[in-house]
Amino acid sequence: MKLEKPLRKKQNRILPRAIITGMAFVSGFCIMTVEMLGARILSPYFGGSLSVWGSIITIFMLALAFGYLVGGTLSARNPSGKTYAMFFIGAALFSLPVILFADFIMEPIFLSIDDPRYGSLFASIFLFFIPTSILGMISPYSVRLMVESEEQSGSMAGLLYFVSTLGSAAGTLGTSFYFVLWFEVNQILWGAVLSLAFAGCIILFCEYLKKANKGVAGGAYEKQ
Amino acid sequence: MKNNSIKRTLADFSLLMMVFCCACSIVIAETIHEERSKYRDITVTQVGDRRCLLFNVHRGDRNQTCMVLNDRNNLVFDYTRMSFAGLLLQPEPSSILIIGLGGGSIPMTFADLFPDAKIDVVEIDEAVVKVAEEYFYFNETENMTAYIDDGRPFIKRAGIRGEKYDYIVLDAFSGDYIPEHMLTREFLEEVKAIMTENSILVANTFSTSRLYDHESVTYQRAFNEFYNFKLPTSGNRIIIAKLGMLPPREQLVAESRRAGPQLEKYGVRLTDYPRRLTTRVDWDMSRRELTDQYSPGNLLRGN
Repeated sequence: MKLEKPLRKKQNRILPRAIITGMAFVSGFCIMTVEMLGARILSPYFGGSLSVWGSIITIFMLALAFGYLVGGTLSARNPSGKTYAMFFIGAALFSLPVILFADFIMEPIFLSIDDPRYGSLFASIFLFFIPTSILGMISPYSVRLMVESEEQSGSMAGLLYFVSTLGSAAGTLGTSFYFVLWFEVNQILWGAVLSLAFAGCIILFCEYLKKANKGVAGGAYEKQ
Repeated sequence: MKNNSIKRTLADFSLLMMVFCCACSIVIAETIHEERSKYRDITVTQVGDRRCLLFNVHRGDRNQTCMVLNDRNNLVFDYTRMSFAGLLLQPEPSSILIIGLGGGSIPMTFADLFPDAKIDVVEIDEAVVKVAEEYFYFNETENMTAYIDDGRPFIKRAGIRGEKYDYIVLDAFSGDYIPEHMLTREFLEEVKAIMTENSILVANTFSTSRLYDHESVTYQRAFNEFYNFKLPTSGNRIIIAKLGMLPPREQLVAESRRAGPQLEKYGVRLTDYPRRLTTRVDWDMSRRELTDQYSPGNLLRGN
């Protein structure tokens, strides 16, 4: 499948493909970084048992599933770079409670639920569900922004899955092998939050550039 | 001549076969129970009357606990015996908390020594409790209860309820995987919350790798001073800590003489211990403290 397309189509694109692909990597990376740290965040209250991991993975899967559905629906209605950027900025903002209020969130749950399985499940919901579902919206939306014709839909979706899953693998390995050795949990989380916010800003900047170009091109056309 | 060499070859061969068969019998015939739990492979082996509990034997782990069936009181391992060194500082505990059951030899010895004491044992893996009951004669009594729980939330809850223990044994670190949330400063603060001025904490930890330095720094920050207890025959290091000042050495020596005979039948040579307890700093004090924010115990152990 040729990725190069005629110039005319390229200009109509909301965002350059390289940018979207890069964003898919960043979102995959951040999802797994936060997930890997999840067990560490919960363990002071709910221990390190297998069920704690089970809770975290369950909530991440459910949040992603929900995010995919919503992201897909949103992509069908007037897709724009601005909405795309908001996913990243929103995920960054909703990840902040994990850094700032984790103890406030986990303590009442720890005190009211004796069973560490359900305790960790509820804590995972309150800590991770919203940011992870927003991150889940990125994937289907990216597909929508990349695809220009029916016949390339499969290959574009394949490329995006490839890149975002590669990002997830890198996030998992980086976090569990190195980041926890070099940094504190909150420092790593701040890294993820800032990366997401920065990614959102890059998208907004691309939007701005495109609009400016359009304005110039439009202006030149009118003069002729 | 030729005949002789054939004979010799045959003799050599049969000898080799015998050695091989013996080796096989040691490796194969000794396993009396195997099971795979949520957390680990558990193997129970027996050679003669010596029965041992092993975790993750395929990955080359050491014995967790061994028991001589004809002499069940006798504690086989140094680290198990060393766990009783805290008796030098707290000779009459009336409530005892043990995190990590293993084969149950530590709680059973405590139960034997202090039949009236309340003993709580916390073990994360219910399969370990089952194996300890079936193969190592561990059983709950009126005063001794085994809880299937993670040590950290158990201690946190005990602290919230305002419960106190006189003698706390942390024995959750032997084996393949280190529960990193039980190495941190915050955890030690939670442990301190269930201690009184007379309580004693005995932690069985690591004597090698970078983790030794990090862990020592963490205990130092939490308790200011602690006894470091190592034996030349054991790869373990036991930390003995209490709130407030450590007692003078003479007191330990006097206590070891008083209580020593009582512990002899368990193989614990208490009179030998006071001179091994030291407050000397033999770790790199510039290492980072372990906290809930920074606790890569498993990675540090590999380095």
